[in-house]
Parts: sequence; structure tokens; C-alpha cells
Amino acid sequence: MPANMGEAVKATDNQLNTSAIREQFPVLEREVNGFPLAYFDNAATTQKPLSVINALTEYYSAYNANIHRGVHTLAEEATTAFEQTRAAVRRLVNAREAEEIIFTKGTSEGINLVAATYGKAFIGQGDEIIITGMEHHSNIVPWQMLAEEKGAVLKVIPINERGEISLDEFNSRLSGNTKMVAICLASNALGTVNPVKELITAAHDAGAVVLLDAAQALPHMEVDVQALDCDFLAASAHKMYGPTGVGILYGKRRLLEKMPPYQGGGEMIKEVTFARTTYNDIPFKFEAGTPNIADVIAFKPAIDFINTIGKENIARHEHALLQQATAGFQQIDSVQLVGTAKEKVSVLSFNITGMHPFDIGMMLDATGIAVRTGHHCTMPLMERFAIEGTVRASFAVYNTAEEVDRLIRSVERIAARVKK
Amino acid sequence: MSSIRQIQDEIISEFALLADDREATLFYLMELGDKMPPLAGEYKTEDNLIKGCQSKVWLHADYKEGKVFFAADSNTDITRGLISLLVRILSGQTPDAIIDADLDFIEKIGMGQIIGSQRSNGFASMIKQMKMYALGYKTKVAMK
Repeated sequence: MPANMGEAVKATDNQLNTSAIREQFPVLEREVNGFPLAYFDNAATTQKPLSVINALTEYYSAYNANIHRGVHTLAEEATTAFEQTRAAVRRLVNAREAEEIIFTKGTSEGINLVAATYGKAFIGQGDEIIITGMEHHSNIVPWQMLAEEKGAVLKVIPINERGEISLDEFNSRLSGNTKMVAICLASNALGTVNPVKELITAAHDAGAVVLLDAAQALPHMEVDVQALDCDFLAASAHKMYGPTGVGILYGKRRLLEKMPPYQGGGEMIKEVTFARTTYNDIPFKFEAGTPNIADVIAFKPAIDFINTIGKENIARHEHALLQQATAGFQQIDSVQLVGTAKEKVSVLSFNITGMHPFDIGMMLDATGIAVRTGHHCTMPLMERFAIEGTVRASFAVYNTAEEVDRLIRSVERIAARVKK
Repeated sequence: MSSIRQIQDEIISEFALLADDREATLFYLMELGDKMPPLAGEYKTEDNLIKGCQSKVWLHADYKEGKVFFAADSNTDITRGLISLLVRILSGQTPDAIIDADLDFIEKIGMGQIIGSQRSNGFASMIKQMKMYALGYKTKVAMK
């Protein structure tokens, strides 16, 4: 971690030193279409600090080796670095032990893993799975596939106009038949933060286990798996300043131990004969084959980056940007905000009357502003709001008030065209 | 009828004034799209739809006296503007001219990027579909 990162957190009126933070992200110096890049597509993937980029290069230049079981020095160094990331993830989510952290290739794989293993063993004919109306396709489709295979039933908690679910709607769907509740901690399309603590308690009382999709929450807010008492939690490194191709799956030891393996191969076995194979202990039971060593190792400096600044400081900064953008957009008549929940992470979805999100996204790119447009892999949610898609601006710790101001002014110009 | 080359050159010089201002280029494209006569509802069918994840294009073709005539529409304004240019260039040309057309105007007006994003927009597939129609009409005539 470069020395000046300490400066970044030194608060003057609780303001982050964003210029010191921005210096850590080489891509932010780029120009796009003649304008400085204003990157607001962070909910899709964040940019990477130098410490992450350097860790990748360093691994390949200095100690590239396959991990575990190697007796030579490089293998030992690579294994140590790999397992240090697991330990850092454990601390980040406050899991009881590092063995409860499984590396995957992303949130989607984590959810698929649980559906394919826990689902295979413990969900059957007539059992019920509850999700919400705001889930990403990756927290819908694996459960649909499982339900179809097993004859289980998928139940959906509806959401209100602001993009929130209610506990009553949840409780009315919860029963002794509920075996799994799979829900996002924060919505990727709306930003809504769900009241998961209450849901988890109710689900446990009914005998169900709970999986949290934390892909959009973990980069922005404190997540403590012990305090929440969730059974599973999945997230992605690349949405929190880390490399692509790495995900984490937390699972309670007693559940992971009784689940069948996910994929067969090397690493996940204890002993193999042609007659029979015994499986390795957790987490290795779920990590068949050579993992994504370089990217897992380079995920650690991303976690260090977050810890150095502090989740609380990150959340405060992002929330201020969200407030600024929300207030700015509310001044523009033809802008409709989609998702106005009381509790939100820094995601702002919107539309302009009479314009397709695709056109708005192209127009913003013309002045160097990067946003996402479309259905955000939440087609049922878009249907709920009777829209084809939205424009989504999502803020990260390196975004500035000046950039948000540019966004507001560009949207004003685009909206003015429609009035003609 | 001007040749495909001539019409493309006209368009390139019209856009040359805006070349460095991408926002102005997009505003102008949207204006051109607004001016294009809308495609009759009967042609906005599933069969005529070229699907992209975000921008969709409806394309209708007709063959009269050795020439191909196109009419099209899109659900997004920028794509509709680009389509209006394609219709201006290719509609009323012979099948051979359409098949051989080298549509370099897209790059030259700074919109090359839209061709690359095939998954998200129907425009990229539209050019291919226009050429397929031309080839289809040519083959039909040859078989008579």
C-alpha cells in the first residue's frame, strides 16, 4: 500500500481525499471522446488500483507456481499468498474460520454451487424456494433450474413502487415447506438494501436456510456473516476493486460439510481409487482443479485498499454522491428515478421520458461519462415497472462531486432535446 | 439516382462539420431519425425484426424494376438516425450495387463503434440483412 493512502483517509470534515485515491487508479487519467473519463459503471465492475495491478505482475514475474502440495519454494510462496487472501476475506465478512470461504469465479458461480450441491441434497419435490422480485438473473435462473429438476416451487416476494419488499409479503410466503431463501442484500438495478436481518431470523424460525447475494453490498457496506447469521453469502472480487474471475462463497461449516461436492477433479479429493473416491475437507472439497491463483492473490490488495479507507468512509462518500445526483435529477422534469428505497447503496437508475436508455447511454459516452443501460440482468424487475430498461449510474469511492455535476448537466442537455 | 459512392460522400461531407463533436453528431443523427417517415405498422412484424439486446430494427424490402427499396424503423433514436442514412444510400439501388457496397461512411462519421457492439444493437446486423435481401432478389431473378 503506497504511503500516501494514509493521507486519503485523513478526514477534513469527514471528506475523503479523493485526489489521493484517484492517483491509485491509472485508468481514471484517461480521456474518452475528448473528455476526462467519468466512470459511473461501478456496479458492473470497478476500476483497479495499482496495488492490484502490481500484485498480478509480481505473481507472474516472481513466484508463479501451482499451489498446495508443492514442496518447492515458489509453490510455498504462491500457496501462502493464496491462503492470505482467504484469511483477508474471512476478516472482511467476519466468518468464524477461513475454511468457510470458498473461492469461485464470481457471484453467479457461488449461487450455482449452492443450488447444485445444497439444492441437490436437501431440496426436493414440493419444497419451496423464496426469492424477491428484484433479483439478478443469476439469483433466479439457478433456482428455476433446480425447481424444475426437483419439482420444487419458486415463490417471489413482490416489490412496491419504491423498489422495496415488505416483511409481511415475505412472511405470507414463508412456511414449513420453505427450504431456501435466496435474496440480494443490495439490488444491482435499484440500489435497494433489503432488511435481511429480519428475513433471516424469520426464515430460520421456519426451518429454511438463507443465501445472500452480496455482490452489490460488499463493496459499499459492512457485512458481518455472524451478526447477520446468513447461511451462505456470495460476492465478486471485481465489483470491489479486485480482479475479474474471482468470487467468494461463504457457507457455514456444518452446512458445507454435509453438502456433496460441486465438481470433481484434482484438489477436491482425499483419496482416489477406481472403486471409490473420498473427498477433501472444506474448502478444498469445493475447489476442484487449479484455481485462478493470480487473481485470487491480487484480490488481497483490493481488500486492503477498502480496509485502509474504511467501509464507513466509503459509504459516507458514496452516499453524498448519490444524494447529489438524486437531488440534481429531481430538478429535471422529464427524468424519472427508478428505485427510491429509503435504504440504498450508491446506485441511481433513471429514465428520460420519450428516450430509450440506449440513446441516453450513447449521449453520455459522447462526453466521456460511462454508465450502463438496459435491463441490468433483471428482466422480471423491469417488467414490474413496465419499462424496457434504465440508465444506471453507480458510484465508487474514487468518484467526485465534480463528476456527478457533469452527469447532471449532461442529462439536462439530453432531456432538453426531448422537450422540443 | 446517385451512386452509392456519391451518396456516401455527400453524407461524409455533411457530417464533417461535426466530426470532432460527438455529442453534436449524435444530436444530428437523432434529428435525421426524427425526419425519416415512420415504417407502416403492417411491416413492424416479428419477421421483419432484427434483434439486438437493446436497440431493435425493423426492416422491410421490396423489389421493383431491377431495384431494391428499403423501409426501416428502430426503437431507439440514434439507431433510427443511422438507419435513415442506410436507407438513403441503399434504397433504389440494384442488387449488385448493394451486395458490393463498401459502407465506409459509418467509420468516417465517427460511428464505427456501433458496428462493434453487435450484441446490443440491431443496426450492425441490419447491413448484413440488407445485403441478404439484395442477394435473394438477385438469385430469384437469375432463376427466372
